[in-house]
Amino acid sequence: MGLRGVGQAADARGAACGQAEGMRSYAELPGLMTQLTGDEKHGPSATSTLDVLWVLYDQVLRVSPGTVDDPGRDRFLLSKGHGPAAYYAVLAAKEFIPESWLPDFGSASSPLGYHPDRSLVPGVEIASGSLGHGLPLGVGLAHGLLARGLAGSRVYVLVGDAELDEGSNSEAIVYAGAVGLPNLTVVAVDNHSSSYGWGPGGIEAHFAVGGWSTVRVSGRDHEALASAFRVTGAAPAGPQLVVASVEDKE
Amino acid sequence: MSDMRTVFAETASALLDEDPLAAVVLAEISVDMFGKAAARHPDRVLNVGIREQLMVSVGGGLALAGMRPIVHTYAPFLVERAYEQVKLDLAHQGGHAVLVSIGASYDAARAGRTHQAPEDVALLDSVPGFSVVVPGHPAEVEALLRGAFGALEAGSTYLRLSAEANLEARPVSASLRVIRSGRRAVVVAVGPMLSPVLEAVADLDVTVVYATTVRPFDDFGLRSLEAASGAVVLVEPYLAGTSAFAVASAMASRPHRLLSLGVPRTELRQYGTPADHASAYGLDAAGIRRSVTGFLGLT
Repeated sequence: MGLRGVGQAADARGAACGQAEGMRSYAELPGLMTQLTGDEKHGPSATSTLDVLWVLYDQVLRVSPGTVDDPGRDRFLLSKGHGPAAYYAVLAAKEFIPESWLPDFGSASSPLGYHPDRSLVPGVEIASGSLGHGLPLGVGLAHGLLARGLAGSRVYVLVGDAELDEGSNSEAIVYAGAVGLPNLTVVAVDNHSSSYGWGPGGIEAHFAVGGWSTVRVSGRDHEALASAFRVTGAAPAGPQLVVASVEDKE
Repeated sequence: MSDMRTVFAETASALLDEDPLAAVVLAEISVDMFGKAAARHPDRVLNVGIREQLMVSVGGGLALAGMRPIVHTYAPFLVERAYEQVKLDLAHQGGHAVLVSIGASYDAARAGRTHQAPEDVALLDSVPGFSVVVPGHPAEVEALLRGAFGALEAGSTYLRLSAEANLEARPVSASLRVIRSGRRAVVVAVGPMLSPVLEAVADLDVTVVYATTVRPFDDFGLRSLEAASGAVVLVEPYLAGTSAFAVASAMASRPHRLLSLGVPRTELRQYGTPADHASAYGLDAAGIRRSVTGFLGLT
């Protein structure tokens, strides 16, 4: 099941991932992050996920503030829950959460913590923090969407390269490749922060051997990222990996 | 008579037929018992291989998709190996599942410590929102599984199956069920502990109540028994004292004494049969009798 449905949904993507009036632009994200962190400038590690998140929410994900409970929406799972300022900034820019929430980040009265909680933040699909949970959850979610006949909905999981150290990811990578889950995309933001690395073939070698299709692009190049995600949406023979290369962790 | 695992597989297979949102997640264990169900519902009977972390996470992901997952394997691998997945991928996400274990504390006495999980209920007990249900007889399993599955909107349940069983089945509910009445104490027998308890106290003047649902604990049921305002004996087939705090809480307004029997916190480096282990732990009829008479000063 699923192949035809996923393709059709991919064709219909444009209309839903809207450019509604009043939405913030990419240029405004640093200002939103400053409200969260108090810092005027943001180093590469704070922004390693920023462009990937922006491209996903701006061009790829079929979800909007009005459809956060729609069973047919795309699901974005931020598995790497650390340093969520970029995530909250994008959610605010796309009006999932009010900008007024940002300055209070981490306080007792704020829904925004150092790790996101799905029960507190509209549009947040999983509560994350402990590493290695998002991808295995995404596998179950992808299965569940197919079982419910929601083959047009895609699951996107963002992981960090060092997060892949966690063995739970290996269980999910091998299994999802073997059963050929067609509606699952992993985007691995690679800032080379894993102490032991992934060898000459990089992260993608470990996914490819399990039957995933893989592509590596610059995690700063919006066109290349969008194109990589479009390819994954249109050729769903099995799960898809997009490695987004960014600057090395400081 | 079928064993508990067989009844579980038959009932879960029927639930797959009846409810398009039902799903079963396995990690190789019991896969052969779901062959027909998997053929009928290939998208809802998922065997993830020998990957218990993934098994529980897939259950969590299915719940996020609006499905109603039943997750099943051997007790130590379901509860202990995948504990953070239970804590985070089910409870913390707000997703609900029915976790069904086999093996219990020492069904696998011959297999050794790796296949024994007397700590399972204590561990699950520390996860918010989990009900814990311990059948005492295979004929009780269908009603208890259907009850847990039907309550998934409200929360998750841990259903603890065992090869150990009472001599006869009893009507089951979430309440304590009075089996016989006496004056000196209330003996709470959990799941398969009922038959050895009844044999142990046959000639003693004590009330015996049967519990299959231990979380939430039936506070009101215990408090309303007059004999409990003297002495309570808790006989659990898992770690001794697992429900001691629940009894203490239920009886907080009444003076009472409490004896907690169960599997001790020491590792028995000995193989043998489940009966050998029950005897070593004082959980056979003779051992329970020894403890109860000593506690009540009847020796």
